[in-house]
Amino acid sequence: MSRAAAHPPSDESPTLIHPRWLRITHWLNVCAVVVLVLSGWRIYNASPLFDLRFPREWTLGGWLGGALQWHFAAMWLLVGNGLVYLTANLASGRFVRRFLPLSPRAVWQDLRAALRGRLTHADPSHYNAVQRAAYLFAVFDLLLIVLSGLVLWKSVQFPLLRDLLGGYEAARRVHFFAMAALVAFVLLHVTMVAIVPRTLVTMLRGR
Amino acid sequence: MSSSKKPPFDRDVVVKEALRVMPSASRRQFLRHGLTLGGLALLTGCDLVSEQSVESALMRVSRLNDRAQALLFSPTRLAPTYTPAEMTRPFPFNAYYSLSRVPAVAAEDFRLEVSGLVTERRPWTLADIAALPRVEQITRHICVEGWSAIGRWGGVRFADFLARIGADTSARYVGFKCADDYYTSIDMPTALHPQTQLTLEYDGEVLPARYGFPLKLRMPTKLGYKNPKHIRAVFVTNTYPGGYWEDQGYNWFGGS
Repeated sequence: MSRAAAHPPSDESPTLIHPRWLRITHWLNVCAVVVLVLSGWRIYNASPLFDLRFPREWTLGGWLGGALQWHFAAMWLLVGNGLVYLTANLASGRFVRRFLPLSPRAVWQDLRAALRGRLTHADPSHYNAVQRAAYLFAVFDLLLIVLSGLVLWKSVQFPLLRDLLGGYEAARRVHFFAMAALVAFVLLHVTMVAIVPRTLVTMLRGR
Repeated sequence: MSSSKKPPFDRDVVVKEALRVMPSASRRQFLRHGLTLGGLALLTGCDLVSEQSVESALMRVSRLNDRAQALLFSPTRLAPTYTPAEMTRPFPFNAYYSLSRVPAVAAEDFRLEVSGLVTERRPWTLADIAALPRVEQITRHICVEGWSAIGRWGGVRFADFLARIGADTSARYVGFKCADDYYTSIDMPTALHPQTQLTLEYDGEVLPARYGFPLKLRMPTKLGYKNPKHIRAVFVTNTYPGGYWEDQGYNWFGGS
């Protein structure tokens, strides 16, 4: 995962924007999130919290038991892959380098520039403030999803976490809204990628 | 500890819900029908992965999840308890059949059968069971569907009962057969948990038929489908007994 100074592999040339470990964890995370969201919608439908049901054909698992099997299998991928991502990101210093500094003011300025079509992606190795905020949001939202999911899965065995989230029933709502926020992020993210397709190539090839 | 708002449980809605989750032949092949949008998207181009192998892979992960839950389970950590004011009223009826098909068990003829790895095999009357030290709990019942409800249950500690029948507590499983043809099984550490209760009463009254008369096993450390009602036989074994829902794909440990 770290750069080999003496013999950098061809993949790790100076123009490299996304190291290989980042691209792998990104796409594994996509797989985990797709399975978890689609099976989660089927689980939600078994006992809806709100006057809302997800269309059956959008869900994964066929019935509650099948959806639960997908959900409780993909959760290991989400958590394991997430830990690799966070460890590599923090240990390599990339996390700090790419996401910080970040101020609300900078986010506001870049957001206004973006809405006026004046925010360029001239330097793909540098995230603008809106990107930083959005990606950090995704990281923390996924963390919240995992923590609230732990309370739903094992509310008796994680009493501190359960109480922090306001109990089992509150954790159900936290899990739901964190999912909704993640889906909103994904929609925005995919829209931006469609507008700037070059970023998709970067996430596939690294540069 | 949360004080949940009372969910709007309506008898008809609950019956409808129970009917909706009834098992059907097609459900057993959930993957065939289950590989909809998401599944197809994942498996497109992966024709080598047959549905059968996906199903068995998911089952294997479910067995791993049993082990993970057994490791997470603490034999001494207690589920939260609540005040009478926090009880869910009415407590929802939930089964794989509708309310009209709840079995009627006659109290006077009732004998709880005991078998397997135990030293005392004599059947128990309800009076025999009620003679054991009485315990009570107000705990949250969490359904695999996601909803939860707080109920007040009275009875005896299942660990006391297991001691009286001379159960081999080094055995792996305790199995249950029920008058409604339901069956399930639990791990021995959960069977011995202090809050695992052989239940005779709901909210200070004799256990109503809809909640499992004459006997139910109440475990606040497990999901609802692991809590059998209308129990007529208990057995201790090292041979995996499975369960009604578990055999169809619900996770066996089903802990919370």
